[in-house]
Amino acid sequence: MINAILAITGLAVLFGILLGYAATRFRLESDPVVEKVDALLPQTQCGQCGYPGCRPYAEAIAAGEADINRCAPGGQATIVALADLLGRDPKPLDADVGEAQPEPLVAVIDEQTCIGCTLCIQACPVDAILGAAKQMHTVIEDECTGCKLCVAPCPVECIHMVPLRRDIGDWKWPFPAASSSGFSEPRGTPTASP
Amino acid sequence: MKIDPHNLHRFHGGLHLPGNKEVSLQRPLARVPLPARLFLPLQQHIGTPAEPCVEPGEAVLKGQVLAYAEGYVSVPVHAPTSGTIVEVSEEPVPHPSGLAARCVVLEPDGEDSWLQRPRPGEYRSLNPSALRNRIREAGIVGLGGAGFPSFIKLNPGRRRKVELLVLNGAECEPYITCDDMLMRARPEEIIQGAEIMRHALGAEQCVIGLEDNKPEAAGALREALQQSPDARVQVIAVPARYPAGGEKQLIQVLTGREVPSHGLPLDIGIVCHNVATAAAVFRALVRAEPLIDRIVTVTGAGVKEPRNVEVAIGTPLRDVIEFCGGYSDDVKRLIVGGPMMGFTLDSDQVPVTKTTNCILVAGHAEAPDPLPALPCIRCGACVDVCPANLLPQQLYWYSRARDFEKTQDYHLFDCIECGCCAQVCPSHIPLVQYFRFAKTEIWSQEREKRKADHARQRHEFHLQRLEQEKREREERMRSKKEALEHPPGAGEVADPKKAAIEAALARVRAKQAARDDPRTARESNLRQPDEAPTAGPQVDKTGR
Repeated sequence: MINAILAITGLAVLFGILLGYAATRFRLESDPVVEKVDALLPQTQCGQCGYPGCRPYAEAIAAGEADINRCAPGGQATIVALADLLGRDPKPLDADVGEAQPEPLVAVIDEQTCIGCTLCIQACPVDAILGAAKQMHTVIEDECTGCKLCVAPCPVECIHMVPLRRDIGDWKWPFPAASSSGFSEPRGTPTASP
Repeated sequence: MKIDPHNLHRFHGGLHLPGNKEVSLQRPLARVPLPARLFLPLQQHIGTPAEPCVEPGEAVLKGQVLAYAEGYVSVPVHAPTSGTIVEVSEEPVPHPSGLAARCVVLEPDGEDSWLQRPRPGEYRSLNPSALRNRIREAGIVGLGGAGFPSFIKLNPGRRRKVELLVLNGAECEPYITCDDMLMRARPEEIIQGAEIMRHALGAEQCVIGLEDNKPEAAGALREALQQSPDARVQVIAVPARYPAGGEKQLIQVLTGREVPSHGLPLDIGIVCHNVATAAAVFRALVRAEPLIDRIVTVTGAGVKEPRNVEVAIGTPLRDVIEFCGGYSDDVKRLIVGGPMMGFTLDSDQVPVTKTTNCILVAGHAEAPDPLPALPCIRCGACVDVCPANLLPQQLYWYSRARDFEKTQDYHLFDCIECGCCAQVCPSHIPLVQYFRFAKTEIWSQEREKRKADHARQRHEFHLQRLEQEKREREERMRSKKEALEHPPGAGEVADPKKAAIEAALARVRAKQAARDDPRTARESNLRQPDEAPTAGPQVDKTGR
């Protein structure tokens, strides 16, 4: 009887030590769910969801404070992906966030009007604007995510959003129309996914 | 690897399709005269578009490089004839999107003068790497239709030895006969090209596979082989069954081996090229001719004189069709490629490119209006005919539902888009269109993800940069504040800058004192530790 009690107590102590060691040795710096949610967000850092960036929104989702349907640039595809990851039901984009972006946009600075004030440079979350005080500013098209955060700070309103140039390399086959056969089709139009 | 022509293997599925090939084989091969303008797309290959290196107004010679290769997966574009460059501009190109792309527009001068070409050395003396370079510089891409830069597929890599080179002369798609014509007309070019490729790959043997509905071509090749008894090339006829001309299917029929899913034939020691590519390699190495023309089949009820023609790359389709008698009264659709894997064009003002194998002007009977798609009845006919052993039915459901992860679980990217499944579907569902949609969506999503990851990195760096600037500002504030609160005493050095200035002034004063003192004048060439050595005892007054 006493042996049994000693054996179980010994095991309990052993496992306790192991768990304690594991808790400190393998501690995670941040919640892994946040990482996974952040990986699904489009990284536009636009703030339309109400949070100052994609990472804060991801943290809010993981904490249960925010709903999954607040990302406008991500659109329905992101909502479905988040629903899949978190095991919740997908729902349509929250109405007060705005509309889903139908096509990607990039910012363009009108160089005739630019006064070199650097306010847009400070606003850009990915440092996509090249320039310095009293020097010409220009948007690096490849780095611009279309978040529109630079448009408001400009005192002379010289920044406009234009559709991103699409060429043959970006073209996608459209979703098939109802009446078509396996033969060569009339050409599809270059559109984003419906 | 021993291939027994009497013991060939089979691939799963496939269809017997009516060939419709005789009509374009009635007339001999002819050359289309040069048009008023040639339009040469900078991208006629898989990979990165070439970069133009000519200016408008520049005079160029035949075979001159107009655009050089950009990056590894790229090949140059050459002038098909001598003339003047008009411009480098966006022009319509043959693509299912109907979009335009950058082209070099060349106006022939009628002289057709060749560039001064070096005498091609004996190719056998070149090492495989040099051979591949020549092939790349000649702008050669896969002429079977895909247009992958051939020099890359002639690189065996370090992983395993290439045992077999397969030359694909199967040409299984209905209507297309350009490879058949080439094999009949220039078999020796193909065989010598095969030898060059074999040498580049280090392969022991080569097999030319063609369908058994091409007895004349097989005969011509075998006769040419007799002229080159040293060539380790075998000609083997395989049963005609669509799509026997698919790379993986042809390899399976000849060798019984399956190319692994998501893999390449190179993974099983085999490399496959089209017969026309081999002929182009011959011309490049033996005649120093870059890829500037190709054979194209012009056929269909919509053209008056269907035939095979040799066309300069960049010739508008309209000129090619005009040469073949022009349009007939029965024109329904203009298709580039064949009836199974080709695509429709809205305009004939697009040019012939390196990958244009057939111009099919389909009549009303040949291209009937598609029937409306009915619901899938789960009959499984598509599964029975798929040569890639896939489940088109499942791929259809998941593509339609946009469940792209599931489509990849069912090996969507192993689909060769042959069209057998759509051909047999009793509900006339456009299966291949769904698979193409799914593939490009997946690629687009992957591109978006890469952009998002890149943007995240930049944002994180942006935040770090702001943090650092904030810290530096605080640091400076702090040290300034300290300096104000504790002004430096007599012996304290509060500001390192100020201390350095004081020290320099002290040094100058000491030197001046020493110079002015006549007793130490002779010792004035004593060097200070931080000065350059002086020339001699004469030290000028302004110098150190």
